[in-house]
Amino acid sequence: MKEPHSSPDHIHSDAFLARLMRGQLKLSIACALCFVVALVALPLLNYLQPEFMAQRVFGFTLTWLILGVLFFPFVWIISFVFIQRSIALEDAEAQAAQDGLTK
Amino acid sequence: MHALLAFLAAEPATKDIDPWIAFFSLITVVVTVGMGFWTAGRSKSAGDFFVAGRSVSVGWNASAISGEYLSAASFMGVAGMVMLNGYDALWYPVCYACGYLFLLLFIAGPLRRFGAYTIPDFAEGRYDSPLFRKIAVCFVLFIGFFYTMPQMKGAGTTLAYIFPGLHYSVGVIVVGAVITLNVSLGGMKGITLVQAFQYWLKVFAITVPIFVLASIVGHYQQHLAANKTAQETVAAAPAGIERKDLTPKAPKDEQWIAPFGSLTTKAVDTAIKAAKTPEEKAALEANKKPYSLLYTYSLIIALVCGTAGLPHILVRFYTNPDGVAAKRTTMWVMILIGVFYVFPPVYGVIGRSLTPELYEAVGSKGTDKVVLELPTLLAGRDHPLLGSILSGITCAGAFAAFMSTFSGLLVSMSSALAHDIYGRMLKPESSPEERLKAFKWAAVIIGVVSVVLGTQVEKLNINYLVGQAFAIAAASYFPLLFMSVWWRGMTMRGAATGMLVGGLLALGSIFLTTLSDVYGFTTLAEFWVAHPLLRILCEQPAIWAVPLSITLMIVVSKMTAATIPADVRMKMLVLHAPEALGLKQEYIKEHEGLGGH
Repeated sequence: MKEPHSSPDHIHSDAFLARLMRGQLKLSIACALCFVVALVALPLLNYLQPEFMAQRVFGFTLTWLILGVLFFPFVWIISFVFIQRSIALEDAEAQAAQDGLTK
Repeated sequence: MHALLAFLAAEPATKDIDPWIAFFSLITVVVTVGMGFWTAGRSKSAGDFFVAGRSVSVGWNASAISGEYLSAASFMGVAGMVMLNGYDALWYPVCYACGYLFLLLFIAGPLRRFGAYTIPDFAEGRYDSPLFRKIAVCFVLFIGFFYTMPQMKGAGTTLAYIFPGLHYSVGVIVVGAVITLNVSLGGMKGITLVQAFQYWLKVFAITVPIFVLASIVGHYQQHLAANKTAQETVAAAPAGIERKDLTPKAPKDEQWIAPFGSLTTKAVDTAIKAAKTPEEKAALEANKKPYSLLYTYSLIIALVCGTAGLPHILVRFYTNPDGVAAKRTTMWVMILIGVFYVFPPVYGVIGRSLTPELYEAVGSKGTDKVVLELPTLLAGRDHPLLGSILSGITCAGAFAAFMSTFSGLLVSMSSALAHDIYGRMLKPESSPEERLKAFKWAAVIIGVVSVVLGTQVEKLNINYLVGQAFAIAAASYFPLLFMSVWWRGMTMRGAATGMLVGGLLALGSIFLTTLSDVYGFTTLAEFWVAHPLLRILCEQPAIWAVPLSITLMIVVSKMTAATIPADVRMKMLVLHAPEALGLKQEYIKEHEGLGGH
């Protein structure tokens, strides 16, 4: 397959693609880890510390409050941070690619 | 509607139909159909039908995705399940909402950049394989029908609730016909507007009644406090919170409010009951909590990965103008559905205090209808009119719930039939007009099949059916999308093997549990009693099926590494490079030369 001429060659290099994907994947995995740790930890805490998790907080049990109410804003924060960072990352990538073109 | 009214007039009503409930439900149906007609005049091109011209704004699209996602299971099933199973059932609403995070982190952006009409388009485009398109189409239809059945069940039971005496299948037929008409008139663009409207209707319908109700009968945490934990000797019910006595079938307080309750320990509990010697009993008791933990994790994996793999949700990402908009949309969807999912458990908790008699009935007459039933309690508390109006509002919400999800499913399945099977396989040289016509016919065919299937599932539980669809999606589509987007070494054979084996094994094991539960296969039921761990692994297969699927993909791809698509680097660039670089245009141009897109 012929390389199109409209974009610079370095965009079509393996190194550029590898860097691009690594950057994006690193960001995604970092955010996913926050989420996964919480998902793994909550059942584990319920399992290992049932009395601590059953204490009353405003009428809820602690574990009910965390899962039924606080979990939602927690996930919103992760997704907000991810979107800010990922848009910034894309801008930086595009900028870097354009700069490479003018050099 | 005339047919329905005539039918109602002929039917001797066993109970009075509440005029408010009938009024609000009718309004919902009329507005839905009206909006469908209104947008029908505006949907012209094939693009309008399949992906709404790819020009839906973030706000509209987020509302529409949320409207499509919040199904009968979310609106009625979750509240019923929380009432029935307590804490363990909370994982459903939380994971339904938070599963979107995986979609956002790993799939939404790249998929949108790739730019294709449907998931089968992506499957073919990524691997240059028409065969893989066929496999993907089958799975779209398959998961779609699985997800359609509970919506139909919701339709049948809600109509039977509103109009006492009405036969279950009449509700299924009426709702199926209305939505099929709507979709075949307006396609994707038509339902985008309708679904966005239905999201806001559903949020209104779930929040307003519960706020009014809670201000009269007591709040969420007060009713929760009325359930004592294992440590508490007496329930610390706040003053003024009344609570009816629990019925015999209701789970005990300490089991209901704590994790590892009746939902996750059912398999072991049944085994304990059947155990003959005290030693056996003790051994099973020791395993109870670890197995229960395993069940919880498997459920979490199914729900989180399944959300990211539902085909009717994914197709909506293509209606965004670009990848950044796709990400912003997902963010808003998470907020919109998260706000919604806080409320169904409130109905479950208050329902446990005030309507424990629902524990005694099963299926649609049981806890599944707590959302519809709870507001009518106000009628007995000197607010007869308020009770009727609020109950009417929740009924309207339930209508919106199964109608919007069914229309979304109908669009994605009709697209699969019209675009992938007719447009790509049967008649590749067909004109856009012919494909549009095919879309309308496909909608009618799928609508009829859905109605027929819907009339067959009256006995099954709504949330259980949805759970099946999620587990199958988690073991098939999620690994496919995740690996295709992030791993260059994937081959078509690897992808297909992993998806098929994972998806079919998950389906098979779920089917085995359904066989004994619903159709009363006694030998199988005895086997489950003897092997509670196997029963859990079959009922919740995600914990082994998802890793199995991914492993198979890697192993088979390594073995067939010679067949990695030649232009994989370009494909990966299109998936990952910022759109500012304009690589997609190049890619499309290249392929136009080859007679592709």
